[in-house]
Formats: sequence, C-alpha cells, structure tokens
Amino acid sequence: MSTGAGILPSYNIGYLDEQTKRMIRRALLKAVAIPGFQVPFASREVPMPRGWGTGGVQVTAAIIGEDDTLKVIDQGADDTTNAVSIRAFFAKVAGAKTTTRTDEATVIQTRHRIPETELTEGQTMVYQVPIPEPLRFLEPRETETRRMHALEDYGLIYVKLYEDIAKYGHIATTYAYPVIVNGRYLMDPSPTPSFDNPKLHQSPALHLYGAGREKRIYAVPPYTDVVSLGFEDHPFEPQKFSQPCAVCGSTGVYLDEIITDDAGGVMYACSDTDHCERTVAAASARRESEIDNDELSDELDEIEEVHV
Amino acid sequence: MSDEMPLLEVRDAGHKYGDRYGCREVSFNLWPGEVLAVVGESGSGKSTLLGTLSQRLSLTEGSIRYRLADGEVVELAELSEARVRRLWRSEWGFVHQNAADGLRMHVSAGGNVGEPLMATGWRHYGKIRAEAAEWLKRVEIPVDRIDDTPASFSGGMRQRLQIARNLVVSPRLVFMDEPTSGLDVSVQARLLDLIRSLVAELGLAVVIVTHDLAVARLISHRTLVMKDGRVIESGLTDRVLDDPQAAYTQLLVSSILQG
Repeated sequence: MSTGAGILPSYNIGYLDEQTKRMIRRALLKAVAIPGFQVPFASREVPMPRGWGTGGVQVTAAIIGEDDTLKVIDQGADDTTNAVSIRAFFAKVAGAKTTTRTDEATVIQTRHRIPETELTEGQTMVYQVPIPEPLRFLEPRETETRRMHALEDYGLIYVKLYEDIAKYGHIATTYAYPVIVNGRYLMDPSPTPSFDNPKLHQSPALHLYGAGREKRIYAVPPYTDVVSLGFEDHPFEPQKFSQPCAVCGSTGVYLDEIITDDAGGVMYACSDTDHCERTVAAASARRESEIDNDELSDELDEIEEVHV
Repeated sequence: MSDEMPLLEVRDAGHKYGDRYGCREVSFNLWPGEVLAVVGESGSGKSTLLGTLSQRLSLTEGSIRYRLADGEVVELAELSEARVRRLWRSEWGFVHQNAADGLRMHVSAGGNVGEPLMATGWRHYGKIRAEAAEWLKRVEIPVDRIDDTPASFSGGMRQRLQIARNLVVSPRLVFMDEPTSGLDVSVQARLLDLIRSLVAELGLAVVIVTHDLAVARLISHRTLVMKDGRVIESGLTDRVLDDPQAAYTQLLVSSILQG
C-alpha cells in the first residue's frame, strides 16, 4: 500500500466508518423520538482522549456532510485548543466548511455554552456530555436510576435542590441544572450553565447530546418544552450578572471572570467570543459611520490646516 | 366498616431461593392498627417472609392480598412494578436493621425526612422543611441537627431518623426488620417506647421481625414463631410467651435469661 507524498492516508468521510455512523444515527433517531431519554450506543475510539468530547465528536461525525458549516466552541470560545483542534479535524476528515460565526453555522459542537446569538431552524447543537445521568450523585446504581426514569419516579432529584437551599439559602446549582423534557424525562443539560437553560425551552434548533465515555446519546428536538426544576417558594432562577461585558459592553450575556493581575484584579468579559467580537465590530462600524457623516468636513479642515 | 376487613391476607405464602424454600405455607391476617411480631432464630425465614410480604422478594407460591387505601383489594404479586413503587411511596414503610440501608448517609437529616414528601409531590420548600422539623421533634432528634448528615449521628439517632423518614408520609403498613438490634440496651428501650407510642398514635399496622422475645412482648399484639421456614406457633403475644405450646417455642422462651 503506498500513498503519494503529501497525500493523507484516506479516511472515510467524517472519520468513522459507515456502519458506525449508521449505528449512531439510529441512536440519534431514537433519542429524537423520545426527548430526554438516554439511548445507549456503542461508543468508538476517536483520536482524542475520553472526557475531551469524544461523544460530541462522534455525533458530529455521524451527522456532518460536505454542505455543512461547523462551529466548535469550548466554554464560549472559538479559539481554545480543543475547539481549534476539533474544527481542524472535521475540516480535514469531513471536508466541512468551518466558521466561528453562530449565524453561519449549521452544526455547532459545544462543551459548555449555548451561543448568545439566537439559534434558528435548521441549526443543530452537539453537546459533549461528561455525565449524562442527572441522578448519578444521588443514586449511584445505574440499574436503579434506569428504573426511576422508566417509572417517572423523580422525587429524589428534588432532594438535591432541597440540600442546596438548606445549605446556601437558595438553589446553588449553577451548571448541569436538571430539567424535565417534554413533560416526561428528567435530563441533565450537560455542564452548560443554568444561565443557558431557558434557551433550550421551545428552541427552534435541534439539540443532540453525546456522552462518549458513558456511551449514551440523548436529544431535545426543536420546539420542545424544557422546564428547569424548582420549588414553589424557590423557583428556578438563571444566573445573573450585575455588570456588562468589559470588552463589548453587552448586558444580559454570560460573563467569564478573567484575572488580570496578582493583586486581585479581575475583569468580566463575554464567554461567547463570537458574540463579543461582532458586538465590538458593530459598535466601531457605527462609530466610523458617524465620523463619516458628521465629522468628515471638520477633519478635512484640520488636515488642511496642518498641511498649511 | 372497612376497618372490619384485614389489611393483609396471607395464604400459604412461600419464597424459594433456587430449589430451597426460604419460607413456606405462611398464613395470617393483619388488621389495621395491629402489631404483629415474627420471632425465631436466625435462619428461620423471618427476614425472607418480611421480604416476600413487602414485595422485595418474589412470591413463589400462595397469595398475599392487600387492601389499598381506597378499599380495593389487590393481589400483590399481580401488581405492576409502578404500582408497587407507588405503594412504597404512599402507603408502606420499611425500617431496616442497619439504618445506613434505609437512609441517604450524605444527605442532611431534613433531606432524608423530606425525600418521601418530595416523592409524593410536595414542591414547597418551606412546608417540606417545617414538616421535617416537626418529625425530628417527634422522634426526639434536636431540630438544630436538621442540616447535619446521618453520617454524623449516633446509632440510636440514625434509627430514629429512619423511623421519621418512614412515617412522614403517614403510611398504613410498616415493615420493621430487627429495628432495635445493634443498639445498646438503654437506647433500645427508648426506641421501643417511641415506636410503641407512634404506632398507637397513628394507628399503624406493623410487621416487626425480631429475634428478641422481649421486643415482641413489649410492642406486639400477636406473634408468629418461625422455625425452618414455617410458622410453628401463632397467637396473642402474651399467650404465646406465657404459655408456649410448641416444643421449640418453649425452648425459645426458657432460653431467656431471667433477671
């Protein structure tokens, strides 16, 4: 077997073989048919360590085609190592176009965040899920949690919320906040911040969750009810931020705390880099056009004076 | 009127482990508000019987009929798993010998007592907490320990917490598997006192398994004596213990140290 110089050994499109993709697509179809239900699948080896997003990579590999445009984010950022590598990987093995713009992407693979830009019909979110079972830390037996899902026996999950309120005075769970999907299945929206939970409710996009190490796939189809749990006297409240983004000035977005020195200095900036960049660009474009219209003549005068 | 019907009708019930019988040909009626003790030495099939009655073990032969809160009489072995679970949540309790089996050791005391409430649809934190505090008081656990985990409790406190967790949803039938063994004598006495007063107050029906005849005498109305998987004697507790008929029961009664 010989390959010419400079030519890569040939991969099947999307890296995985066709049988595997078919198996994953079957699991995906089942997951979409039963929103929130964890479908087992035969997770494969992919060229990255388990826990780094192998579930998401397999789901993306199974659904991506040459017409697709892929965006990958880690936390909210397009420029982190994992995001860049996965984007490069699919550009190479699936021939997919890549982008960092949410509005241009057809498939968005993510580790934590749902982008700030509103998702639209036809877009697919792919989540990399570390622990798919929302009851795991309350009931370690998988046989038992599966029964609880089957019988819709979800009293236990409230114990977690109860414990939060008893300890902290409010529900302190800020990520992997449990939700009920379509009025039936209890689901862990993966490690997304609770800030993003409301974006899942009646979302026009398709949301696919892949847990590679745990070998589970689940989904939230478009326009599905996703309700975050809470008590009558302590309802669900997404995180709030008191200040705007230090870079672009956006409010009502999810902020990262960035440590700026070793004297306790911090700044808060958008975790969604695409949103931040575009807000900055739009603002400077607006400023430029204002300059063009109002100050152009003044500036010209000044320049003339200098030359004289 | 419905109180004139038994809560539990057991006829020739048996459970097999492989091709060996754990217990067999057990028949009795249990009435609302009645405390039934099952005594016998270890290996006599008491715990197997309790497991079979409570649907934790399958019924190999015979029948167990249970009268639901709405008056309907059902054959337990024919109920779906979902309905059995609903019974567990709303009408039954199970007090384990080892409190760690019946509690979530790393969830606070309040969470442990509140869990059955949340499982039956309570969704108001303030009310759940108030009810949990009320029950801690009833089982003599200081209310300021409500946010501590049972892992930090003494054996007697854990057992009382387990009882609170089981009784908080006002069950109609409670199974107890050696609830006092493993505790020292003074703690045992207080726990028995507590169980006796709660049972009387709430009108519970209880099936209690014990190897300790003193426990049976203190809290039960009727007693079944088991040996080798069969019931060899049954009757009012005082009658069985004061005037044992079967040779084995006589041996059992005479083996108690007299003070």
